[in-house]
Amino acid sequence: MTTHTSPLKAAPAGAAGAGGATPAARPPRRGRSVSPRGHSGWTPWLYLLPALVLLAGLLVYPIYQLGLISFLEYTQAQVSGGEPTTFQGFGNYATLFNDSQFWQVLLATVLFAAACVISTLAVGCALAVLLTRIRALPRLALMMAALGAWATPAITGSTVWVFLFDPDFGPVNKVLGLGDFSWTYGRYSAFALVLLEVLWCSFPFVMVTVYAGIRAIPTEVLEAASLDGASQWRIWRTIMAPMLKPILIVVTIQSIIWDFKVFTQIYVMTNGGGIAGQNLVLNVYAYQKAFASSQYSLGSAIGVVMLVILLAVTLVYLRLVRRQGEEL
Amino acid sequence: MSARTLLGVKRPGRLMAEAAALLIAVAVAFPLYWMVLSAFKPAGEIQSTEARPWTLAPSLDSFRRVFEQQDFGRYFLNSLLVAGTVVILSALVAFLAATAVTRFRFRFRTTLLIMFLVAQMVPVEALTIPLFFLMRDFGQLNTLGSLILPHLAFSLPFAIWMLRGFVKAVPEALEEAACIDGASRTRFLWQILFPLVFPGLVATSVFSFITTWNDFLFAKSFIISDTSQSTLPMALLVFFKPDENDWGGIMAASTVMTIPVLVFFVLVQRRLVSGLGGAVKD
Repeated sequence: MTTHTSPLKAAPAGAAGAGGATPAARPPRRGRSVSPRGHSGWTPWLYLLPALVLLAGLLVYPIYQLGLISFLEYTQAQVSGGEPTTFQGFGNYATLFNDSQFWQVLLATVLFAAACVISTLAVGCALAVLLTRIRALPRLALMMAALGAWATPAITGSTVWVFLFDPDFGPVNKVLGLGDFSWTYGRYSAFALVLLEVLWCSFPFVMVTVYAGIRAIPTEVLEAASLDGASQWRIWRTIMAPMLKPILIVVTIQSIIWDFKVFTQIYVMTNGGGIAGQNLVLNVYAYQKAFASSQYSLGSAIGVVMLVILLAVTLVYLRLVRRQGEEL
Repeated sequence: MSARTLLGVKRPGRLMAEAAALLIAVAVAFPLYWMVLSAFKPAGEIQSTEARPWTLAPSLDSFRRVFEQQDFGRYFLNSLLVAGTVVILSALVAFLAATAVTRFRFRFRTTLLIMFLVAQMVPVEALTIPLFFLMRDFGQLNTLGSLILPHLAFSLPFAIWMLRGFVKAVPEALEEAACIDGASRTRFLWQILFPLVFPGLVATSVFSFITTWNDFLFAKSFIISDTSQSTLPMALLVFFKPDENDWGGIMAASTVMTIPVLVFFVLVQRRLVSGLGGAVKD
């Protein structure tokens, strides 16, 4: 069993049954130590130590710092000029919330992320269903192409897509007969171009995961429904969708989180946020504020806003997972 | 899979579906094809306004430009070093942590698990600012350490979460048997559990490899003056010029940057699909 320290102690340890694999054997109280006394009480913490130290130093502490900086006056003068930092209270947030550009960027971020999530999920699910309908060879072809898109680094994906849509040398404008139409010039066409790239590199995750989920559905169930004369749509709606719900929740939340923080694509494809910042999203906006104009406290305040929004999404996710009674 | 026959899809319907699948596969693969093609095109053809989808005179000029003009080989090694270190360390640390949270019951276990989940959601990009000051205070700016440390930390929560399923899957009877045979816990951990969980470690390492290899923001923010410590994304940006982009160079550099990830992906794709299914269902 799991929690022995020496062969001599093995017998009492057997009753502990630590692994979650057999929760029925003895339902352990949540958060209660049911391991036998002695060294085993420390063992899990010893195993966790490297992970916890790294996370405390490089995740928790920076989050604290982020919050702290957002309440200070922290610009170039404080960073390298040696001027004392002063406490600003909510001054930075007031500045931010009174800036109409912030609201514009926030709105753009939310709408852009929503468009990315919806299109990624729609395409990913549709192709996952398509994968179950075809023979091995075309399935392999689609799978391989999707894995290729998935594996492509965001930065090279961005450069390739910009090149494909290049007004002078790109094939897309030639095929569509658009002449020298510049996709990155207009606000919406630039967002559309980035959306296409994000869709291209993120639908494979949804497709592969949902496909794995569909394969896990017992075929008898589908067979029975089919024999009873249920239509394809009905089978999807009343059997597959409910059974796939846990997976769909995971891919939806993951997509929301990824698409809300898109940075590289916007930065590379629209050259740092587009003409006059027309294609800024929160992430790029925070970066530009902090590292391009040295307003570190404003950048941090934007970071805190993002953190709060994503935390809210996470809480919704946790509630959904918990409601399904999933054991952690 | 047998579902297609069970669902009673008629033959013409299936042929249509297969044709659609192949068309989509071609469309999805096209950007990658175009990238490699453009990398091999001679300069004249890239700058031509015809944009032909083939080339009759493949040349290595763009690659030569990439490797000669820039310190590209060095950037490549730096990227490999950073990603390799993160993958190995993250796998070891995550393996230990995943073992702790699946094979032991202890106080705050559930709290910890929820914290690992929440940690996955933190927008690490937002932490660039405090991390920048942290690295500066520790004298890590312009070193590869400034890239390794944050990526190591940020890859952990997901890796732990995903490895849980793999560790759980190892039967506990095995541990019992090992301990009856007199194996110490450390011995069981490294000589029995570790090899059994190894496929899972590989699947998990894809993710830490990709996020680290692809990293653009940290590389851009933390390596500010010492270009000998730059990684590939920075080398790529050099070919973007304000007046005229060197597309041949950009595509060649992109190809060089994409290929290691593609190879890695193809090698582990089977484990990846099953691992992902396992982690999600778990």
